[in-house]
Amino acid sequence: MSTTGLLVIAVLVLTIFGYFMASNRAIAAAGGDRRKLHSLPAYYGSNAAMFTAIPALGVLVLWLLAQPMMIDRSVLSTIPDSIITEGSSAGLVMSDVRRVADGLDLVVSEDVMSANDVLALQTGQTDIRALLASVGAAVGADVKSEVLEAAQKYRKQTTTGQLWMAVVVATLALIGFAMSVMAAKPDFRARNTVERGMLALLIFAASLAVLTTVGIVFSMLFESINFFRLHPWTDFFFGTSWAPNFRGDSDLSILPLLWGTLYISFIALTVAVPVGLFAAIYLSEYAGSKVRSVAKPLLEILAGIPTIVYGLFALLTVGPTLVRIFGRGEEGLLGVEWMSGATAVLTAGLVMGIMLIPFVSSLSDDIINAVPQSLRDGSLGLGATPSETIRQVVLPAALPGIVGAILLAASRAIGETMIVVLGAGAIAKFSANPLDAMTTITTRIVSQLTGDTDFSSPETLVAFALGLTLFVLTLGLNVIALYIVRKYREQYD
Amino acid sequence: MTDATQIPETKRASLLQLNAWTRRRNAAETRFKAYGMIAIAIGLLMLIILVFNIISRGSGAFQQTFVTLEVELLADKLDKKGNRDIEDIKKVSTFGYTPLLKNAFEEKLTAAGIETELKSKDLVGILSKSAAAQLRNFVINDPSRIGDRVEFEFLASSRVDGYLKDRVSRDSIANDKNISAEQLDIVDVLMANGSLKKRFNLSFITGSDASDARPEAAGMGVSMIGSLFMMMVVLVLALPIGVAASIYLEEFAPKNWITDIIEVNISNLAAVPSIVFGILGLAVFINYMHLPNSAPLVGGLVLTLMTLPTIIISTRASLKAVPPSIRDAALGVGASKMQSVFHHVLPLAAPGILTGTIIGLAQALGETAPLLLIGMVGFIASNPPDSIAAGLMSPNSAMPAQIYEWAKRADPAFYERAWGGIIILLVFLVGMNTIAVILRRRFERRW
Repeated sequence: MSTTGLLVIAVLVLTIFGYFMASNRAIAAAGGDRRKLHSLPAYYGSNAAMFTAIPALGVLVLWLLAQPMMIDRSVLSTIPDSIITEGSSAGLVMSDVRRVADGLDLVVSEDVMSANDVLALQTGQTDIRALLASVGAAVGADVKSEVLEAAQKYRKQTTTGQLWMAVVVATLALIGFAMSVMAAKPDFRARNTVERGMLALLIFAASLAVLTTVGIVFSMLFESINFFRLHPWTDFFFGTSWAPNFRGDSDLSILPLLWGTLYISFIALTVAVPVGLFAAIYLSEYAGSKVRSVAKPLLEILAGIPTIVYGLFALLTVGPTLVRIFGRGEEGLLGVEWMSGATAVLTAGLVMGIMLIPFVSSLSDDIINAVPQSLRDGSLGLGATPSETIRQVVLPAALPGIVGAILLAASRAIGETMIVVLGAGAIAKFSANPLDAMTTITTRIVSQLTGDTDFSSPETLVAFALGLTLFVLTLGLNVIALYIVRKYREQYD
Repeated sequence: MTDATQIPETKRASLLQLNAWTRRRNAAETRFKAYGMIAIAIGLLMLIILVFNIISRGSGAFQQTFVTLEVELLADKLDKKGNRDIEDIKKVSTFGYTPLLKNAFEEKLTAAGIETELKSKDLVGILSKSAAAQLRNFVINDPSRIGDRVEFEFLASSRVDGYLKDRVSRDSIANDKNISAEQLDIVDVLMANGSLKKRFNLSFITGSDASDARPEAAGMGVSMIGSLFMMMVVLVLALPIGVAASIYLEEFAPKNWITDIIEVNISNLAAVPSIVFGILGLAVFINYMHLPNSAPLVGGLVLTLMTLPTIIISTRASLKAVPPSIRDAALGVGASKMQSVFHHVLPLAAPGILTGTIIGLAQALGETAPLLLIGMVGFIASNPPDSIAAGLMSPNSAMPAQIYEWAKRADPAFYERAWGGIIILLVFLVGMNTIAVILRRRFERRW
C-alpha cells in the first residue's frame, strides 16, 4: 500500500482514538458527573477528533497537490535544452521522465531488481526500455541518459518529499491529538469550539462553488494565453477560415464556427419559442387542472431525456427523414437534390428545438402565472375576450420575463454539445443554406481535445480559447437574462 | 347650450344574434385557443415519436440470433502432445479451433441432407467471429472435455442476425462482402430445422463492448459498472458538500457582498455548458493532477462539480420550506443555532434533499459531453474491474459514452445496439425519477 494510504489510515485511527479518549477524560475529570461538564461529552470527543484529523488531512491534500508541481519544476531545470528537440516540448520530455520513473518504481516493487541496483543503472550498460517492458511499463523510444538521470532525480525527490510529508502530517496529527485531549477538562467550552469548526467547514463547502468558477476561468485562461502566444489573436477573432492542420500553419478562426453555432441556435429557437410559448399560454390560461396535471409533466419528460438520445435521434431518424424529403434527386419526396448527408444545420436545429420546448414552456409558464390576477379580471370585466386579454394585457406585462426565458434558452442552445456533435456535421463554412452541414464551437472543442493531444500545439490549445469564448458568451446571456427576470419579478411582488 | 354629440345611428339588432364583429372576435378566440392546443399536441407528438422510435429500433438489441452446433473437441488438434497440460493447451490459438467449427458445420449439413457449393470457410462465416474464442475458453476452463462431443450455442454473425430482424435483405447485400445469398440459403435451412433461432440475449445487458467486427457480441455491462462507480463518487462528494453549502447559505450566511457573490455564482454555474466542465476536468484533474485518463474517478469528479449547483438549489428550497417556528422552538429550549439546524431542521428537510439529489444524479448519469473530453470513449471496455480501487482508477467507459461510441461506428448493427443502450439508460433514469416522485409524495409535509 502506498505511503499516502497508510498515512490516511493512521490519522483516522488516531482520530477515533482521540474521540473516545477525550470524552472519557472529560467525564473522568468531572468525577463521573456529567452535569459538571460545560458541554456534552460527545463534544469533547468531537473536538479532539477535529483537531487531530482536519489540520493533518488538510496539509496532506495540499502537499499532494503542490509536490508534483515543485518536483517538476526542479527536475525540468536540470534537463539540458539539447534534448528538447524540434517538434518536442518540455512537457513531453517531462512526461517521458515521469513514465521512466514510474517504470523504475515498478521494477523495484516487483522485485526484478533491488532498489540500489536500480539507482546504479546506466543507459550504456542496460537496455532500460527492455527492462521497463519486462514489468509492463511501455516507453515510446530508447531512454536517453539525460532522461534516465532526470528520472532518477525525480524518484529521489519524490521519495524525500513523501518522507517529509509523512513526518509533517504525523506530527500535526499528534500535536492536535495531544493538545485537544489535554484540553478535555470540565470548564473547557468544547461545544463552542466544535461549532466554530463546523461553521468553518460549512463556509468552505459554500466557497467550493466559487472555487469551481475560478478553476474554470483560470484553467481556460492560462491555456488560452498559451494559444495566443503561438497563434495571432487577429486570426482567431477576425479570420475567415477554420482549417486545422496538425503539421502546423493552420487557420484557426472562430467566426465560421460562431456562424454555425448561431444559425443552429436560431433554428432551434424558431421551433422552440412559438411551440413552447403557446403551450405555456394554453396551460396557464385555458387548460383545466386535469389537462394541466397530465400535459405539463409529459412535456417536461422531454427536458429530462439525456442529450445523447437527442443526438442519436438527429443522426439516425431526423437526418435520414430530411434526406428523404430534400435529397436523393428523383427518388426523394420532392424530387430535388438539395441535401446530400443526414448531418445538417436543419437536422441539429430541429432536434435541439424539440429539446428546448419544455425549457421555454415551463419558464414562460412561471412568468405568466406571476402576472397578477387583477390585471386579467380588469380586462375581462371591460368585455375583452380571453385571447384579447392574453395578447393585450398578460403578454405585454410578462414580456420582459419571456425575453429573459428566451435568452436562457438561447444560452442553452449555444452550449449544447451532443446534438451538434452527432447531427450538425464537421464542415466549417459560411453558408445560409440550412440543408448544408456546418459545425459549431462545441463540436470543434470535442474534436480538438479527443484522441492524442499535444498540449503545446496551437491546434489543441485553440480548444481552450474556444471554451473560454463559449463560457463568456453563455455567462453573458445568463447574467442578462437573470437580471431581466429578477427585475420583472420585483415589479409585481 | 352646446350641441349634443351626434350619436351615430346604429343598426338595431337583436342581442341574440351575433353581429359580424362579434363573430370575428369569437373566431379569433377559437383560433388562439387552437394554437395553444396545437402547440401542446406538437410537444406530445414529438415525445411519442421519440419514445416509439427508441423502442422500435432498440428492442431488437435484446434479442440475438444463436446457432446450435455439436462440436467434436478433437484431441489431436487441441492437445497434440496428449498430456492435457494446460500450458500446452493454451498455446493453441483461436485459429486452431476454426477447423473444429468447419467440421461441425459440415457434419450438420450432411446430417440434414443438404448439398452446398459453399466452402467450409464461408459456412463458418455464418457464425460470429467470437465463436472460436468461445470454444477456446470452454476448453481452457475444462480441459478434461477434450475428445468429447459437446453441444454449443454460438452467436450468429451480425449480418445473419440482421437478416432475421429484417435489417438485412437479399437485395441489400449485393455489395456486401461479409455475406452472400448462398449463406442466407443455408441460414433459411438451419432456421427451418430449428438449429438457428432468435432468443433473448442476456449478454447485451451484462456483457462488455466488442471490437468493430463483432457487433453481435457487444454489451453494456462493463460501461454500466463504469457509470455506477461514477455515480458513487458523485453521491459521496456532491451530497455532503452540497448540503453543507446550502446549510451555510440558508441558515448562517450574513447578508453581505460575499454571500451575494457566492449566490450569483451558484446560479450561473448551473447554466454553464457541460462541455466547459469537461475542459476543466481535462485541465485540472488530468493535466495538472495527473489522474489517469478515462478513469471513473475523474468522470465522477467532473460530474460532481456539475451536479453541485442542482443539489444546492434543491436543498436550499427544502430547507426554506421548514417553518421558522421549528427553529424558534429549538432555540427556545436552549439548543445552539448549530444544534437547531442539525437536530431539527435538517431531518425535516431530508426527504426534499434526497429527492433533489436523486434528480441531480439522474442528470449526471445521462451526461455525455464532459466524458468525451476526459477520454471515456474510443477504446473497448472489455473486462469488469476486479476491485473497488481498480473500478475507480482503471480506464472504463460509461453508459452514455458507450452509446456515443456505438453511434460513431457507422454500422447498422451497432446503431441497433446504441438504441438498445438508450433503452437501458432510460430505464435507469425512469427508475430514479420514480423513486424521487414516490419519496416526495410519501414524505412531503405541508406546514
